[in-house]
Amino acid sequence: MALEFSQASLKRFDEIVGRYPKKEAAMLPVLYLAQKEFGYLGAEAIEYVAGIMGVPAARVYGVVTFYTMLNMKPIGRHHIQVCRTLPCALAGAERITAAIKAKLGIQVGETTPDGKFTLSEVECLASCGTAPMIQVNDEYYENLNEQRVGEILDKLK
Amino acid sequence: MEKILLRNIDAPDSRTLAVYRARGGYRALEKVLSEMTPERLIDEIKASGLRGRGGAGFPTGMKWGFVPKDSPKPKYVVCNADESEPGTFKDRLLIEKDPHAIIEGTIISAYAIRSHTAFVYIRGELVFGASVLERAIEEAAAAGFLGKNILNSGYDCDLILHRGAGAYICGEETGLLSSLEGGKGWPKVKPPFPATHGLFGCPTVVNNVETLASLPWIVNEGAARYVAIGTEKSKGTKLFSVSGHIKRPGVYEVDMGYPFKKFLEEDCGGVANGKKLKGVIPGGASMPVLRADELDGVTMDYESFQAAGTLLGSGGVIVMDETTCMVRAAWNIARFFAHESCGQCSPCREGCHWMEKIFQRIEQGEGKPGDLDLILSVSGNIMGNTICPFGDAAAMPAAAFIKKFRAEFDRHIAEKRCTVSAGQ
Ligand SMILES: Cc1cc2nc3c(=O)[nH]c(=O)nc-3n(C[C@H](O)[C@H](O)[C@H](O)COP(=O)(O)O)c2cc1C
Ligand code: SF4
Ligand code: FES
Repeated sequence: MALEFSQASLKRFDEIVGRYPKKEAAMLPVLYLAQKEFGYLGAEAIEYVAGIMGVPAARVYGVVTFYTMLNMKPIGRHHIQVCRTLPCALAGAERITAAIKAKLGIQVGETTPDGKFTLSEVECLASCGTAPMIQVNDEYYENLNEQRVGEILDKLK
Repeated sequence: MEKILLRNIDAPDSRTLAVYRARGGYRALEKVLSEMTPERLIDEIKASGLRGRGGAGFPTGMKWGFVPKDSPKPKYVVCNADESEPGTFKDRLLIEKDPHAIIEGTIISAYAIRSHTAFVYIRGELVFGASVLERAIEEAAAAGFLGKNILNSGYDCDLILHRGAGAYICGEETGLLSSLEGGKGWPKVKPPFPATHGLFGCPTVVNNVETLASLPWIVNEGAARYVAIGTEKSKGTKLFSVSGHIKRPGVYEVDMGYPFKKFLEEDCGGVANGKKLKGVIPGGASMPVLRADELDGVTMDYESFQAAGTLLGSGGVIVMDETTCMVRAAWNIARFFAHESCGQCSPCREGCHWMEKIFQRIEQGEGKPGDLDLILSVSGNIMGNTICPFGDAAAMPAAAFIKKFRAEFDRHIAEKRCTVSAGQ
């Protein structure tokens, strides 16, 4: 069966579109909604969003590939993102990445076989004064060291 | 020093409307709507000397003045909360601790250009910040500071919170507008400028969070008090985000013109762990690095940083101590720009990747004799040859690292290894 929004998401879609002076402007919030409902934005999800937004699928595809927070493939339940940019690097970001790799047994860009964790490196997250830091899904964890990052991973279900 | 921008952040529950109002919040908006025409307001902000805090330092009142008064099209204001310049985290502090100051400033900016629809474009990763702003916008609307007929003045203004989705280039104002139009965040050729051809081709003003958060104080206290602070060309106070090898990292509010060395040594406690200072980037990763011996007499304002061969930029101060490998630091920044180039113009797309590869091979002990000149030539080819200032922002720091620390780069190439630190 082709993908489509639930009744609740359709209602939310109308609300979102109604907020903007032009429908196109709602592209990112609608893609966020689709990503939440479908888990990731694969070819079918892109086709569906193109249909309800009234734009060519190629345009939606271009948007999805442009932004790092929109995923074309499924990712782990907990997306661990280590900031690697200079201020975090000066504070030891590489040691944080190494500790996570060792603990989870995966490389950057990989997902654990149980689908629980995906590890990524990302650029500056506006948290340089409390470096090193990671983001896991929506949450920031700052002022880290190897021990604390281990404890944080242990607590994630 | 008087706190203008950080005046509220230490108050308990500073993010709530009740606390903001108890501390004088929204009085500036009342004053503007009841006593000032848009023209008067623009003149007042021009007189204050306020310059944009997003990086370019363009005079705010003048930017508003470029918006055509008689255009039949809708007009838009966008609060730029995309904060992604490495080393910069001041807007995030204001968003999380004083959202109502940003909202009040944004409505004032909208009134100045007679706009009825404003946006806050916040970078997607700041999920908590977005929830704080969303709540604050709801509170402001419920109290009649947003929506129809604000404070019975007849003036209407809606404010829409819009989340980005992870792309540094969406901080550049035309990239931001492309993103808000529902596409890739591709910058557009200027001119035409957003003031006449912005969002959906309509007149648009994009202002930084810190710029907007300065407005309520200026309106309440008057331009004369604001110009009394600072230097000839840099008025008022500025937020600096301090990170790296420094004892007390964090966000500091500083009167423009404050001595830079004193700031680092006294206000921030000096270099951490008793180490010596090697270099400092004063304005975010896009700006040229300064060596420790170049800081004498430098003050924290647009003109002094420029005279020292760098720029104030976003005020992201990145401190590096004597153990820092400058090859590694330069590679890190080059990698950032290679990752973030939007790919629209070839000098930037190709050049950023090329510079990254060369820095990387030098760092890994595989550098060749002509490599440094090669990077300088690639950097020179990017400068001035691109659609948006991202190209310069990538080219300038690469060249500066090599010019300022040439001997270290040469040694790294000759000895095929780092002679400064075991790693970072
Ligand atoms: C590559 C690049 C990234 C930028 N990122 C930001 C940003 O994250 N936040 C911001 O306010 N301005 C950023 N700017 C500056 C904006 O283009 C624009 O000048 C600014 O938002 C205008 O507001 P202001 O006049 O109040 O400074 C960036 C510029 C460039 C070239
Ligand atoms: S300079 Fe770089 S970031 Fe700017 S438009 Fe060109 S390719 Fe994109
Ligand atoms: S460099 Fe990591 S948050 Fe800024």
